[in-house]
Amino acid sequence: MSQFFTAAVLTSTVAAGIALATPFLLAALGETLGQRSGVINLGVDGIMLLAAFATYYVALRTDDVLLAILAGMGTGLLMGVVTAAVSVTLKAEQGISGIGVYLFGLGFSDLLFQKLVGTPLPITTPPQVGIPLLDQIPVLGGMFFDQSPLVYLAFLLVPVVAFVLNHTTYGLKIRAAGENPAAADSLGVSVARIRWSTVLLGCTFAGLAGASLLLYDGIFQVNLTQSEGFIAVALVYFGAWRPSGVMAGSLLYGLVGAIILTWKSLGIIPLSGSDLAATAPAVITVLALLFVARRFRQPAALGKPYEREA
Amino acid sequence: MNAQATAPGGALDNPGVPILEMRGITKRFPGVVANDHVDFDVRAGEVHTLFGENGAGKSTLMRVLYGLYHPDEGEIWIGGQRVTIHSPAAAIHHGIGMIHQHFMLVDTLTVAENVALGTRSARGPLTGLDVVSARIRQLSEAYGLRVDPQAFVWQLSVGERQRVEIIKALYRDVAVLVLDEPTAVLTPQEVEDLFTVLRRMARNGRALVFISHKVREVLELSDRITVLRNGRVVGTLPAAKATRARLVEMMVGHQVATEEPPPRGTTGEPTLLVRDLHVRSDRGTEAVRGVSFDVRAGELVGIAGVAGNGQRELAEAIAGLRTPVAGSITVGGIELGGRGPAAARAAGLGYVPEERMRDGVVTEFSVADNLLLVDYRSRAYARFGFLRRGAIRRHCQELVDAFNVKTPSLETPARNLSGGNIQKLIMARELSAHPRVLLVAQPTRGIDVSASLYIHQRLIAQREDGTAILIISEDLDEIMTLSDRILVMYEGTIIGAADPRTTSREEIGMMMAGVHPGTPSAATQPSAVAGASPI
Ligand SMILES: Nc1ncnc2c1ncn2[C@@H]1O[C@H](COP(=O)(O)OP(=O)(O)OP(=O)(O)O)[C@@H](O)[C@H]1O
Ligand SMILES: [Mg+2]
Repeated sequence: MSQFFTAAVLTSTVAAGIALATPFLLAALGETLGQRSGVINLGVDGIMLLAAFATYYVALRTDDVLLAILAGMGTGLLMGVVTAAVSVTLKAEQGISGIGVYLFGLGFSDLLFQKLVGTPLPITTPPQVGIPLLDQIPVLGGMFFDQSPLVYLAFLLVPVVAFVLNHTTYGLKIRAAGENPAAADSLGVSVARIRWSTVLLGCTFAGLAGASLLLYDGIFQVNLTQSEGFIAVALVYFGAWRPSGVMAGSLLYGLVGAIILTWKSLGIIPLSGSDLAATAPAVITVLALLFVARRFRQPAALGKPYEREA
Repeated sequence: MNAQATAPGGALDNPGVPILEMRGITKRFPGVVANDHVDFDVRAGEVHTLFGENGAGKSTLMRVLYGLYHPDEGEIWIGGQRVTIHSPAAAIHHGIGMIHQHFMLVDTLTVAENVALGTRSARGPLTGLDVVSARIRQLSEAYGLRVDPQAFVWQLSVGERQRVEIIKALYRDVAVLVLDEPTAVLTPQEVEDLFTVLRRMARNGRALVFISHKVREVLELSDRITVLRNGRVVGTLPAAKATRARLVEMMVGHQVATEEPPPRGTTGEPTLLVRDLHVRSDRGTEAVRGVSFDVRAGELVGIAGVAGNGQRELAEAIAGLRTPVAGSITVGGIELGGRGPAAARAAGLGYVPEERMRDGVVTEFSVADNLLLVDYRSRAYARFGFLRRGAIRRHCQELVDAFNVKTPSLETPARNLSGGNIQKLIMARELSAHPRVLLVAQPTRGIDVSASLYIHQRLIAQREDGTAILIISEDLDEIMTLSDRILVMYEGTIIGAADPRTTSREEIGMMMAGVHPGTPSAATQPSAVAGASPI
């Protein structure tokens, strides 16, 4: 155990935890936007898979990381159109349609990979970028300020999303649509338009999450997300529909994952117990969820399609 | 045209000219013509009331005006121009506001956020709540509408929510404001305050459309009254020429006897006994704090009080829907406390709940199936677990006829009936089970005058048959007319008891506000509150 408590190991563990947390954070922030407006999107994981493949494919073919990330986001946006059309316009049962999107993403990303790529080749991943001066701070600099640009972006989005939700007229409409769509409608707010916009944004975030996951791994494989998209949905509940809470949940999950990885490599966890240990982040998150989420109420219209009584 | 453009201005100078006209509006629903070529107009500075039976088409007409329904025929003219209103956004754009019977407020948002929602902000993309709050304070000042812009809506009382709805309309500077049964859930004092505000709005040149079933209110507030019957306009008359009898006659199409307080009946043994009952609310606070009383066979006891003083929890505890923390409830000598609704029914309790649509009927079930809900296990209607359709039909048809339930057929889903008819349906079901004790919450809330009268008659008849009846109502007039004895609930206790024949409306109103009855006798002492001996 003592090898663990050295500055170098702790630094690299925390740094890895933050990097691991990034895809969750991006996906969960997007899901937060949708859920605050009343739409549950359970298809996040499938969207992440498709976006990860798009990112991988474009990176493989063009070697242009920026273009690859945009391809991931574009894929997310496209799936957002499908999700919004089904959940908002066609008013489908959101749980069921989300599972449909997930299964589609799981199968189709695999199919495309087999057809278009076949043999897995690694891509060049973007380098870490140190933030000038801040990365010189002893210990902390190495933990927080020597990361991939997507990591900074994800954490920067936390206050941005919080600000939009709490201080803009758009955020006010989102909250109203999620709590009492009939009231919003009676004031001339188009509930459908608001929900379309949050679903599109949320799915674009999910696309970015898929891209960040792919770029972290550097290679595509079947079911590369391993249900991380579902964890992201759970993290929204964990975070009580607040961006800061969602960030705390993502960090908890990422850090526990990084600690397990470190302990494995240090031999603190025996090889025989490694499968069990791999479930620890999920178990811990679910336990935390039980304690935290109970105390907060979900948006009152969450999961309910809005129909003007006619 | 925007809200500002349609606001008073020119119309103010000629108060006789309508600023809004609906011409020949027809709206059909499957099997019903809810509005049949209705002409309706409002003038700046007046209160124009829509009056009519349940299901006459009042709400439908106003929902057409507000863009919630699209008329099959007809035109809407505003300020001399024909307009089409295809959504609430369009209605707001034309300077029309509507206060719906069920408040349209977002509980988790603050007052200022609710007011700002959907309006253009002075701060561009930011909410600019400081600007909004300042404007709200100005409006509260100008109209005497006390409201804290920073409060969350869930913290507000019903009366305060109503004020927020009015501020929403004022903030949008509406030229025409529709109020669909705004007084149904208010206390008498809140109604007075509301009327003061509405009169002030009219004086400022706004046009108001008012809907209410309470004739007293209609006569007090209106300038003109339009009566609807079966979707058609019966006539429009100035309030000065209207009387209660005339309005009711126009509404139902024939003369209706005025309601006389029924003579007091002879009472028998105490049948419903409640002793030192304590019940918690949904929020976990103690809503009923040590209530004791009896209701005797053949006696009708009314519980008066401002909403939210524990009446709902008391009713639910008696009905077996809420487990008391302490105390006892017995019906005909059988202890019920916490044994659930089936035990309560078995002991002979009939229950007409306050939330009719939620607790009183299965809205998707047909009229016939709803009538059967309580009786379905009886031998007459089921054999070996199968329902006997023929016998059921006959029984249901009898009930529908006897209680005058207006329904296209026995197969119509309950949700398509108007409010008054759903209430009659529940009454028919509960009374046909011949209960020993009948508990009725808000017997006539939102019910039109003639249907109310009918429901009152049935309750009196049931009392004559020896049923012990407990009525919980926020309508003081109703309590005063029907009860043999009145108990006033305040903050979870029974603050006093009164005889409606010797007590004034004002005295009971004082008790409802928490003022203990002046005399040092009876009511304040817990033992006397029990009222085991009728006063
Ligand atoms: N969405 C709807 N679908 C079918 N029928 C409807 C619908 N809305 C109203 N109706 C019917 O139209 C008629 C008029 O209803 P409306 O709600 O306008 O009555 P109202 O005058 O407001 O009655 P109340 O005093 O009970 O509120 C009723 O017969 C009602 O059953
Ligand atoms: Mg109505």
